[in-house]
Amino acid sequence: MNLLIGTFTIGCILSLLALGVFISFRIFAFPDITADGSITLGASVAATLIVHGTSPTLASVAAFVAGMLAGACTGTLYTRFKINSLLSGILVMTSLYSINLHIMGKSNVPLLSVTTLATQSERIGIRLMRGATSFNLAGWEVSVRDAAVLGAVAVAVALTGVLLYLFLRTNLGMAMRATGDNVQMIRALGVNDANMIVFGVAISNGLVALSGALLAQYQGFADVGMGIGMVVWGLASVIIGEALVGTNQLGLTIVGAVMGSVLFRLLVAVALRWGLSPNDLKLITAVFVFCALVVPQFLRKKRLVGSAHA
Amino acid sequence: MLEVRAVSKTFSPGTPNQVRSLRGVSLELAEGSWVIIIGTNGSGKSTLLNAVAGTFPVDDGNIRLAGRDVTRWPEHARATLIGRVFQNPFSGTSPGLSIQENLSLAARRGLARGLGWGLKLSLLARMRDEVGRLNMGLEDRMENAIGSLSGGQRQALTLLMATWLRPELLLLDEHTAALDPKSADLVIALTEQVIMRDNLTTLMVTHSMHQAANLGDRLIMMHRGQIIHDFQGAEKRRLRPDDLLARFEEVRRAEQLDESAAQMLAEQYV
Repeated sequence: MNLLIGTFTIGCILSLLALGVFISFRIFAFPDITADGSITLGASVAATLIVHGTSPTLASVAAFVAGMLAGACTGTLYTRFKINSLLSGILVMTSLYSINLHIMGKSNVPLLSVTTLATQSERIGIRLMRGATSFNLAGWEVSVRDAAVLGAVAVAVALTGVLLYLFLRTNLGMAMRATGDNVQMIRALGVNDANMIVFGVAISNGLVALSGALLAQYQGFADVGMGIGMVVWGLASVIIGEALVGTNQLGLTIVGAVMGSVLFRLLVAVALRWGLSPNDLKLITAVFVFCALVVPQFLRKKRLVGSAHA
Repeated sequence: MLEVRAVSKTFSPGTPNQVRSLRGVSLELAEGSWVIIIGTNGSGKSTLLNAVAGTFPVDDGNIRLAGRDVTRWPEHARATLIGRVFQNPFSGTSPGLSIQENLSLAARRGLARGLGWGLKLSLLARMRDEVGRLNMGLEDRMENAIGSLSGGQRQALTLLMATWLRPELLLLDEHTAALDPKSADLVIALTEQVIMRDNLTTLMVTHSMHQAANLGDRLIMMHRGQIIHDFQGAEKRRLRPDDLLARFEEVRRAEQLDESAAQMLAEQYV
């Protein structure tokens, strides 16, 4: 049971990453690799600030802002300097590796003996349960700490999702969506599409960094290598989410991305339980995304050939 | 209103693909005039429209609009003054957004876009009204994605969007060329309606000799990046589609003569 709660918690935390990837890949059709670096950036900024005595909330906000800066860099490379979108992301991601090492001063910052959002929500949970450290849920022994952290993360994700939805329906948010949809039209309506892309990629990476900050606080450390392959992970979540909700209605796609992240984490946990080597995890993830991208194409082609014969 | 002075544009200069699309084109539009542009393929008529819209920077000359020199303004800045409808029905609307979202984007053309709610109730009511006036039954499908609509419906909406805030200049780039005849007639009727109602200054490129003869109060014929005919007033009113075809025939013959003459010269002297 505790394993299941842990799985849900990480799934929820990484759903912020999925929302970030959703913004760059789906709204702007911008293949943004910066996320690999900015999730670590968020973790290292938050961990370093917390170790130096900053409040965990403030540290998480700082991580969000740092992620936005990284995203703005990628967006600027792409729009102002006309560098290919993938290369822009790779450049920023690569430089973030050094920057993250500078921020942390070493390759790993432990957060075991300091107050984090995780320990704070644990304390609130125990106070709510009048001092008990575990409770009985339908015959299962559940630790209050785990339940409280999951609750806090779920609230945070729900809040972020609602805010994102509301934002995308403001005048500014709609202009951003239309920029990804039809640049020619949005220019003809007087919108500076370059600014929209910079801002959009910034928000995307802000969310990714926030996800990293929460992940570091939950698992109790920030590590310079924790971001590797995270873009693909986020993409897998988004794709699963789209399959789950099956429409492109804005609100549902956001819910889908969150659900996709949790479900994907769950699938991974089951696979690991069944003996999948953790070393193969990234390979499996990449193969999964490959299939998710190719199979629909393949089916469409097959259907076309079939109807041509008919 | 619009003043185009000696504007030139060469694409891919210095390469074998070099095309001199505009060669010192000058044109002045009075407030409220409706100018039709016709011309052969590659004559530079769409290029002229795009030069005015700011799709690319011009090599030479300058463009003034509503008393301002806009020659160096980027496309999105000029959009505060200009409404546009494109040839491709897919170009003017955002397919993934709903009808009402597209219209609300148009309702802020050239204005600041902040965190204000995009679909205000007062705006929604006016949208239903205006879309209802298109007589396409779209007023009950305001939340549908534009991607699900036909080309004619999209062009009608794009026209509505381009003129939602009264533009100083309306640019129509063969906006009925990709439509079936019935939709084309409908969109032309709507175009006439809105131009007359708001007394819009309009620059319209068309392939249809019928449209060219019947619409507008002035007609410009372009060829090889230059304006070769400019019919105004009574002369424009007298023009029939056959007259225009005759002018095209003239151009074609002159062209043939040029080519055969060049060939003869080449054969005799090279």
